[in-house]
Amino acid sequence: MSHIWKMVFKRLGLGFLTLFIVSLLIFLATELLPGDFAQEFLGQSATPETVAAIRRQLGLDLPMHIRYIQWLAGVLHGDFGTSLANHRPVIDLIGGRLGNTLFLALYAAAIAVPLSLMLGILAALFRNSFFDRFVNASALTSISFPEFFVAYILIFWLAGMGGMFPSMANFRGDPNFLDMLYRTFLPAITLTLVVTAHMMRMTRAAIINLLASPYIEMARLKGMTPMRVIVRHALPNALAPIINVIALNLAYLITGVVVVEVVFVYPGLGQLMVDSVAARDMPVVQAVALIFAAAYVLLNLTADVLATLSNPRLVHRR
Amino acid sequence: MGPLIVLLWAVAVIAACLVAGWLFRTVAIVATPHTIKRELRTAPLTASFGMLVIVIYIFVAIFAPLIAPFPEREIVGPEYMPWDHIHLLGTDNLGRDMLSRLIFGARNTVGIAFVTTALAFLIGAILGLLAATVGGWLDQILSRVVDVLMAIPALIFSLLLLTIFGTSIPTLILVIAVIDSTRVFRLARSVALNIVVMDYIEAAKLRGEGLWRLITREILPNALAPLVAEFGLRFCFVFLAISALSFLGLGLQPPMADWGSMVKENATLISFGDITPLLPAGAIALLTVSVNFVVDWQLHRASGLKE
Amino acid sequence: MSDTSNDTRDPLLTMRNLRIEGRADDTWGEIVHGIDLDLYRGEVLGLIGESGAGKSTVGLAAMGFTRDGCRISGGEIRFDGIDLTEASEATKRHLRGARIAYVAQSAAASFNPAHRLMDQYCETPVQHGVMGRTEAENDAVDLYRRMQLPDPEQIGFRYPHQVSGGQLQRAMTAMAMACRPDLIIFDEPTTALDVTTQIEVLAAIRNIVEQFDTAAIYITHDLAVVAQMADRIKVLLRGDEVEEADTRSMLAQPREDYTKSLWAVRSYARAEQPPVAEGTVPVVSIKSITAGYGTVDVLKDVSFDIHQRRTVAVVGESGSGKSTAARVITGLLPPREGEIRFDGEVLPPDYRRRSRDQLRQAQMIYQMADTALNPKLRIRELIGRPAQMYLGLQGRKLTDRIRDLLSLIELEPDEYIDRLPSELSGGQKQRIGIARALAAEPKFIICDEVTSALDQLVAEGILKLLDKLQGEFDLAYMFITHDLATVKAIADDVVVMKEGRVVEQGLKADMFRPPHDPYTELLLSSVPEMDPDWLTNVLSDRT
Repeated sequence: MSHIWKMVFKRLGLGFLTLFIVSLLIFLATELLPGDFAQEFLGQSATPETVAAIRRQLGLDLPMHIRYIQWLAGVLHGDFGTSLANHRPVIDLIGGRLGNTLFLALYAAAIAVPLSLMLGILAALFRNSFFDRFVNASALTSISFPEFFVAYILIFWLAGMGGMFPSMANFRGDPNFLDMLYRTFLPAITLTLVVTAHMMRMTRAAIINLLASPYIEMARLKGMTPMRVIVRHALPNALAPIINVIALNLAYLITGVVVVEVVFVYPGLGQLMVDSVAARDMPVVQAVALIFAAAYVLLNLTADVLATLSNPRLVHRR
Repeated sequence: MGPLIVLLWAVAVIAACLVAGWLFRTVAIVATPHTIKRELRTAPLTASFGMLVIVIYIFVAIFAPLIAPFPEREIVGPEYMPWDHIHLLGTDNLGRDMLSRLIFGARNTVGIAFVTTALAFLIGAILGLLAATVGGWLDQILSRVVDVLMAIPALIFSLLLLTIFGTSIPTLILVIAVIDSTRVFRLARSVALNIVVMDYIEAAKLRGEGLWRLITREILPNALAPLVAEFGLRFCFVFLAISALSFLGLGLQPPMADWGSMVKENATLISFGDITPLLPAGAIALLTVSVNFVVDWQLHRASGLKE
Repeated sequence: MSDTSNDTRDPLLTMRNLRIEGRADDTWGEIVHGIDLDLYRGEVLGLIGESGAGKSTVGLAAMGFTRDGCRISGGEIRFDGIDLTEASEATKRHLRGARIAYVAQSAAASFNPAHRLMDQYCETPVQHGVMGRTEAENDAVDLYRRMQLPDPEQIGFRYPHQVSGGQLQRAMTAMAMACRPDLIIFDEPTTALDVTTQIEVLAAIRNIVEQFDTAAIYITHDLAVVAQMADRIKVLLRGDEVEEADTRSMLAQPREDYTKSLWAVRSYARAEQPPVAEGTVPVVSIKSITAGYGTVDVLKDVSFDIHQRRTVAVVGESGSGKSTAARVITGLLPPREGEIRFDGEVLPPDYRRRSRDQLRQAQMIYQMADTALNPKLRIRELIGRPAQMYLGLQGRKLTDRIRDLLSLIELEPDEYIDRLPSELSGGQKQRIGIARALAAEPKFIICDEVTSALDQLVAEGILKLLDKLQGEFDLAYMFITHDLATVKAIADDVVVMKEGRVVEQGLKADMFRPPHDPYTELLLSSVPEMDPDWLTNVLSDRT
């Protein structure tokens, strides 16, 4: 068994290396920023003396690699620097919003993952039937829709006309959990629609790909039922691709969340990022980008490790 | 509208689309030369409809100034005018003609997405084919760089880069093209890797063929089908990405007519039950659906031929 | 096996006027044109034919099964009184695995990689309700032992990728036996195996079929194999029956011309060449080559010579290093030690350092013509390119040369010059591969298993063509093969390889005459012969 753990540790090592390089990349991006950080921090009122003072205070006069190490050390302690826009610590701005974004993403994932796996398996089971064609065409259509289109259609139908659900994610008055689910229903269902389509199509493709294998024909020739052929013979071998599909789409949620948060005025990280990009508030952009990228890398890493562990050829070697 | 009426409408619209697709295919089969004709016969109605839409979009984009009743950027009336016989789709938040902006938007949004995709392909496909063919350290370096670039989610990465470089059209095109070229690179490389292990590539190498001929005559023709399909898919992604950025106010900048920002600018109308702001979003959706239908057909054909 | 007194009983399986259609480009075309078949209990019927004969399709139809893209369009299949063309899916499902079992060509691909052998074995009896899990496991161990699998108690707890090809094939036969079916379909069960492994699997299969008195349909393209296994043989050609007879009379006196021609192939052998004179400089000479991938040596201290107008057959089973030897000579795999000489001159080990003329002199013909020809290029460019590159031919001269080459390989120039490879048959593709090699006007050609993917009749045509061309252009051939019949047919000298070493080399005549090296002996004695008693005799000789 030790070789499999070696493999897993190697993957983990590579993942953290990637994370490190990504942080370097994001840090270096700031260095490309035209204009002086201290100048922007102080705005109009800056005199050369105050600029020099703030530079010293922020450590901007130090060489780049030292500043990177300081920045990274700060990040690891939860110190992301100070916002240019309102001069508050970045961590304060991020704090609650990170929770909100995670809540929304998990909410959508909790609906999307089981739904799409089920639809994908059913479509593969009844491939080329009317059901399959219908699900496929609908999925293709919803993949093609921009997120904001899906969001506004839902608002138009479910909030504007019937008034069934709130169109704005309103967090006032300390809502309880069920209340939260109700109030964030529309943004969650928007994300779900977008991601389910992708995931369902990829699940179906992963399974159908395997159905041409000789061992599937063998299972049918052993007199197994179609359901057993799919669940017992195809699914275990489709695990690795399906795990990757899920990871890929959960990662996609991260991107989707940005647009959806803006449409529904949802107080999450995505909206913060968009506002900060518009204000060119670099420390905040940096921090949020790093958080998104880290989530993305960790998701892919988890998928990679799980896929390795699900492969009998790797787990049980000769 | 009750759910039943919505359903009836949906069925009617889908039926109309399929009929339009059928008509288009029938006409196209008559009008095209023999080799294309045979391919067209295999097109399902969804793909025929997709082709029809693409042709219409191209036409509108090219002849926008001739078709549009009003100029792109001129204020021609009060704000938020309802639909009438002069301003068929009303006016927008500044009082510009909605229909005209929609038509010019086809040129701007689709045109820029197309240029960006083409650029992404130029970079990604050339490097991907090169990496697979040459192999060794070149492949290692390129693949690792792409791995790192792909470790950052595309939208987040483009937001980061746009903060740094600003939001002019050239930077927008360049940033999105570079980010998307990493995805093209991955595909081109993996397609080419399946080809370079073929005996005919070995035979060509042993014959002493140079790198250029190896790529252009031996590898590219065999990689073309998946690459063309990928072009369609990539176009959809780029198109949606640019629209999303514009919607967020960070893509194409006003007063240029652009579908993404048009949705954003007029979004308030939706809460009043007016669907006008959904039209540009619908225009985006319609084009991506169409391209996807056509790509789906082509992919299906390619996989069918393999068996 | 049984005698012929069973005509009085009802047959176990009958097919009457069975027609099967296949779909290509959305149109259905008939691929099996009305086959009649009777099989009695305990009887083994051999189905033989070349690729495209429809033998697998008919075999699967005996289970009421058609592959995707095929359908039964007419006729009747009756298994023990049940009409399988009419039966419901559920009825057929209850028969499959329980009363009719299947053994596939590639056990490595047909075992599910995600489950242990034992779980896959027990699935059939447990799901069909024949026995419980514990009982099935004990039964499996018993069958594994009867199939002479090593370590029968434990082997079931391995995953398929942990077991060798020959053992998997036996485990699959055991799995087919699990419910003690009335009928087993064997679909080319030994085709993917080396000859020395094949003989063990054949013996085990025959043994178990006899022990349980199971009826079987044995599908193969190999006449010598079917002669060992079957009581009766039915010959198929493009979906039609050619003839049927019991094994001995079929082998002794085939009635139809097609059957006779299949038999005749085996007797082709080219005229013997005089030995090379002392002191002649060989065209290609490799000396003490050691080569491999990573740190593993695939070739160990290999030396042999190839002379003008002679064919050296390099023989060995999979993993013997024979193809690696070809890669070393062509320069794709520079050796760790040793040297390659061409006409007495040392060649640079890496092909990228060889001159254009050195590259031109040594050409290669591949096993799979499908992957050896770029599917997007026309014949004109495929065989014109070397002539253009090496000999500088252009325009009219180039076209004339291409036409000459096509005539040489016996393809009508006008008809073929602008075709794509996909518009050719397998044999024609291989001929284009030959023409491409000839276009460079080489001295030496490596033929890597050039006939092993082809049907026997087509393969014979290719061998004859190669023979003719050798005489015409004084070519030296290195002929890589695992098939001793091909060696007999075409070689002058033979090099026998095993696990990266040369075990024996010399003139063909010497090689086929004792005394042999023990491995050569094993190899020679494992090649099936067209004698129904061959397997029995070999097995009794070996014990």
